[in-house]
Amino acid sequence: MIKLTIDNRTVEVEKGTTIYHAAKKLDIDIPTLCYMNLGDLKIEHKPGGCRVCVVEVEGRRNLAPACATECADGMVVQTHSIRVMNARKTVLELILSDHPFDCLICAKSGQCDLQDMAIKMGVRSIPYQGEKSTYKPDFSPAIIRDMDKCIMCRRCETMCNDFQTVGVLSGVNRGFEAVVAPAFERDLDHSECTYCGQCVAVCPTGALTEVDHTTQLVRDLADPEKKVVVQTAPAVRAALGEAFGMEPGTLVTGKMVAALRRLGFDYVFDTDFAADLTIMEEGAELLDRLTRFLEGDKQVKLPMLTSCCPGWVNFFEYHFPDMRDIPSTARSPQQMFGSIAKTYFADTIDTRRDELVVVSVMPCVAKKYECTRDEFKVDGNPDVDYSVSTRELAMLIKRLNMDFNTLPEEDFDKPMGESTGAAVIFGTTGGVIEAAVRTAYEVHTGKTLEKVDFEQLRGIDGIRSASVDFDGTEIKIGIAHGLGHARTLLDDIKAGRSDYHAIEIMACPGGCVGGGGQPLHHGNPDVIKARQKAIYKEDSGKAIRKSHENPDIIKLYEQFLGSPMSEKAHQLLHTHYFDKKRKEVLLD
Amino acid sequence: MATFMMHMLVCGGTGCRASASDVLYENLKKEIKEQGLQDDVQVVTTGCFGFCEKGPIVKVIPDNTFYVSVEPADAKEIVAEHAVKGRRVKRLLYVDPVNKEQIADSKGMGFYKKQIRIALRNCGLIDPENIEEYLAADGYEAMGKVLAEMTPEEAIQEMVDSGLRGRGGGGFPTGIKWQIASKVAGDQKYVVCNADEGDPGAFMDRSILEGDPHSVLEAMVINGYCIGATKGLIYIRAEYPLAIKRLKIAIDQAREYGLLGTDILGSGFDFDIEIRYGAGAFVCGEETALIHSMEGERGEPTFKPPFPAQSGYLGKPTNVNNVETFANVPVIYNKGAKWFASIGTEKSKGTKVFALAGKINNVGLIEVPMGITLREVIFEIGGGIKDGKNFKAVQTGGPSGGCLTEKHLDTPIDFDNLIDAGSMMGSGGMIVMDEDDCMVAVAKFYLDFTVEESCGKCSPCRIGNKRLYELLEKIAQGKADKEDLDNLRNLSMVIRDTSLCGLGQTSPNPVLSTMDNFMDEYIAHVEKDNCPAGVCKDLIRYEIIPENCVGCTACARNCPVNCIAGERKQLHTIDQSLCIKCGACLEKCKFNAVAII
Amino acid sequence: MTSIKLKLKDSEVQQLKDIARSFNNEPGELINVLHKAQEIFGYLPAEVQEVVAGEMNVSVAKVYGVVTFYSFFTMLPRGRYPISICTGTACYVRGAEKVLDEFKRLLKVPVGETTEDGKFSITCLRCVGACGLAPVVMVGDKTYGRVTTDGVKDILKEYEDEV
Repeated sequence: MIKLTIDNRTVEVEKGTTIYHAAKKLDIDIPTLCYMNLGDLKIEHKPGGCRVCVVEVEGRRNLAPACATECADGMVVQTHSIRVMNARKTVLELILSDHPFDCLICAKSGQCDLQDMAIKMGVRSIPYQGEKSTYKPDFSPAIIRDMDKCIMCRRCETMCNDFQTVGVLSGVNRGFEAVVAPAFERDLDHSECTYCGQCVAVCPTGALTEVDHTTQLVRDLADPEKKVVVQTAPAVRAALGEAFGMEPGTLVTGKMVAALRRLGFDYVFDTDFAADLTIMEEGAELLDRLTRFLEGDKQVKLPMLTSCCPGWVNFFEYHFPDMRDIPSTARSPQQMFGSIAKTYFADTIDTRRDELVVVSVMPCVAKKYECTRDEFKVDGNPDVDYSVSTRELAMLIKRLNMDFNTLPEEDFDKPMGESTGAAVIFGTTGGVIEAAVRTAYEVHTGKTLEKVDFEQLRGIDGIRSASVDFDGTEIKIGIAHGLGHARTLLDDIKAGRSDYHAIEIMACPGGCVGGGGQPLHHGNPDVIKARQKAIYKEDSGKAIRKSHENPDIIKLYEQFLGSPMSEKAHQLLHTHYFDKKRKEVLLD
Repeated sequence: MATFMMHMLVCGGTGCRASASDVLYENLKKEIKEQGLQDDVQVVTTGCFGFCEKGPIVKVIPDNTFYVSVEPADAKEIVAEHAVKGRRVKRLLYVDPVNKEQIADSKGMGFYKKQIRIALRNCGLIDPENIEEYLAADGYEAMGKVLAEMTPEEAIQEMVDSGLRGRGGGGFPTGIKWQIASKVAGDQKYVVCNADEGDPGAFMDRSILEGDPHSVLEAMVINGYCIGATKGLIYIRAEYPLAIKRLKIAIDQAREYGLLGTDILGSGFDFDIEIRYGAGAFVCGEETALIHSMEGERGEPTFKPPFPAQSGYLGKPTNVNNVETFANVPVIYNKGAKWFASIGTEKSKGTKVFALAGKINNVGLIEVPMGITLREVIFEIGGGIKDGKNFKAVQTGGPSGGCLTEKHLDTPIDFDNLIDAGSMMGSGGMIVMDEDDCMVAVAKFYLDFTVEESCGKCSPCRIGNKRLYELLEKIAQGKADKEDLDNLRNLSMVIRDTSLCGLGQTSPNPVLSTMDNFMDEYIAHVEKDNCPAGVCKDLIRYEIIPENCVGCTACARNCPVNCIAGERKQLHTIDQSLCIKCGACLEKCKFNAVAII
Repeated sequence: MTSIKLKLKDSEVQQLKDIARSFNNEPGELINVLHKAQEIFGYLPAEVQEVVAGEMNVSVAKVYGVVTFYSFFTMLPRGRYPISICTGTACYVRGAEKVLDEFKRLLKVPVGETTEDGKFSITCLRCVGACGLAPVVMVGDKTYGRVTTDGVKDILKEYEDEV
């Protein structure tokens, strides 16, 4: 143990602890703009670049960055001396001197770390004026890059490269011209970006934000000619409350439904319904592959990989296109929902496809891109018209002056609002595969599951593996969240080192609960874990916890689809993948 | 060298090469052959003599005749007179700038008198492309001694005792650095030679590598033995083609002679060296940035600790020293730590190589004992200020250093004194400035450099230096007020206090030292819109003095923008609205009729 | 940064692959590979970087990040006669800035660019180690010492007749 003094108080810490963490132990908050530590997710980013966290260490010539300086025995640290405060404020003024002053209309206003710090430090003028960095804004289908607002914390670079191994972003140029950008400073749309949105999730300023779909939504809600249907993804209900001051992990399903209804949606449905449907199709596909495999068919592709995460789909289309026959062909719940809504449901309410607007609320920014994919359109009309993020929904609710906290708890509409516990756990890493196992087990063995909770599939480690006993047949399951972990598993498969039968992959840390469209966790990993807990709580409270027992799903098959993997199901609920390796990268 | 009666050493350094010393070499050889003297006189291309001001240099041994500004066409006369008839070619001898006397023997030259050449001991004496010559000059003897007779601990202790401090800028004790690296456990360790000389105005590392590459290789092997490393890497600027070529030759020759590779000299110790290329980034002189660059990354520094000795190249324990530091090492083992420690001051032992440049008569590379004064360097070795002007300042330490003045001239030069005076040793650039140099403009020049070379990783360096530059520009334009001066100082202090690496931590030094020593000049710019040195374009104008103008038209003919009007033999006038203040008129006027107002 | 569009010939792609292989396609050798590539192509257009990235198994963004970090690498072709003006301190105090201004004025291009006819390009470099000859200008491999503003047009004249 190491003993040191911070602001005249003694603290004991383990060797290797930084001043920043030692101060935290004393509840001394040292501000920082670049440092990020996602704890159990094993992402620590400490470039020591922003220099806002500098502190005075006795005997040291210059100030020390608290985030990167390790404590030493007998160290005497001052975190708020005049020298520190002057340096900190000057550094902040420098950062602000190269930052636009359009806070009033910035998408990040009110949630911006830089803005918060300017308020805290009482910056009233910028004595250091001069040239500002200017870049062409980059509008992709999902993410907007406004690099004028970049402060070079480079968290996005770490997420994109180290955690996701997507490698789209890099520090480019140097000195005052240095910025984070895709190759050749081209637009994201011309890169291999998966739109996972993790860069957006960690950006401390308005440099990276999601594409706004709320303007169009408000217009459509106001249009009497249009019937507007909304679906809400499972992870949204476990995070939306945070935007209204509730504790992370507060479930707000009923209030969310009430809010959506008051926003003017004609039908408030649940993506969970489509998640159950996904299990029916994906589960059937898995069983089909498994059965054939166990019967000795060498052609069958195993392990089967899940396909509900659009960031992940983009990832393998760019980086592993030669393996694109391995993932399940089942569409994501968002797209299954859209497809069924614009056929089956449109018929039941006697509405034409183009009069029906299908909106999704997603914890995700890649979903914005997914719904624009051509294969999910019929005669140019998309199955899902657009997707708003959890954050955007919160903003809409605020804009309409609703007091979210006092809203009543309401239920989803029927028929596409009915769902099971299996569907809700889609929102967390391990949930999709657990849901699939619940159904596949019963279908395969013909027996009823004694215990539906598969603890061995749960957790927060980046890569997990577990075995499930299918009545004598051992099914090996892999789980990865974060594309870097996915890459590890894919490399194993490629090299023939993998003996999994099924693998679940989610692009974001923690799965959808940690999605790029969720309320900002500001680098606090406990927020993600609390949401995960809430998801499992919702599951355990559900009356029905297996997808194949959802009565409205059963009805859907009886009335419309026939059976899982039927021709109609194939046409409406399955998809195919593309080799995007060489995309337009070579074009300007 | 024994069979020849006479040796003609032709400088093959970059400076002299630029003045066709390679052609001169060929001509000398041809003439010698024509005279049938090829068995008596040997012509050798050597490394830099240091006296670049008067290049190309030819030195004749044994009589130490020192010919300066030799042109290729002079070869015939040198051979015919000196080699055949034994008479010196008087017109090519060096003339003392002060007493106007011709000096034949280089030992009598003020430029060499006070120098002690340790790191540069072989530069200008041996053919760097011939390992035999290095061996003849006690080359690889130190290595042999260390490998055969000393334990790594003993060898490190010798280095500690010598008191040698890193010559790259930081001044960290070399022996201690080796000790740290030796104590860290690691299956693979590395020795890195930092040859990414980036200080704009320093070229000692280049000269050593061009003139005596084996001394660096030898030192690296010793270093490897001491810390337990078997691999060495030399990180060198790609802009140094001649140094790279000679290094490659030296490495090949050393391998051939069994002085690199496996089981060196039968000691059982293996060591080999590879070359890595820099690609033009000053910040890569910082050791963590250098290591990232060698790993194929952007050369951005990282916070220390961990130090390279703990986690360096590829995460392995790594010792980084610069070229000049290594060049000292073999001598220390040959002559002993005690001998080395007897030179210099209490805390700075040995010598330091400086690149003396600027408004000084004898521009060149010099090696002087620590503790020598600036006055001795500038006025004795350097031969004083050019064109009889007044000394104003001397800038040491390059972009990280500061400007010292008259009052510092008698300060003994060593690591600590320079820091106390507000500058630093740096890599050894020494730029002399005279009354025509504006200190605001000088500070701006260095900041321009820092802004361009900042890696951009930390905010104070990335944005702060840009703002410093902008403030200086505002001052140079006469648009600043007193508050700007306060801001300039505060910003400088904060950048120094908060930057991530040495580049940012020292980048405000040129500003702070000029503010400390030449505040009146800043005030003149700010309060009187006046540049006392007549440099800052926005604060000066060129005028023709009617009394002196004879109407020769020289100014008008040379004006690039045709803004000077006037008939022959009539008074000329400058149209200030068109003038770009290039100064061509002033340069061309032979009658002192153009003045800066 | 703008870049010139260029389609690599198969033989050129092969050349790049050979270079990468000569360094064992080791990501750590990226800078060495880029040096070689620039030796061959004279500059590093986007297409070259794409191929190098693919061969070295690093992202294109990273290659671009490295290329734009080091001033020795360029994405624009240099002139047939690349002019480099030393702006090291020794040359600066002996008038390098005026010499540079004169080159810019006569060639009508800023630093870092090439004349329209592709003949000359201007770059600045920091110290070539010929401080005794300050200010120093290099055209290709040829060094000119003690250059004055007047001397600039004489230097350019040397290359006037050459096509």
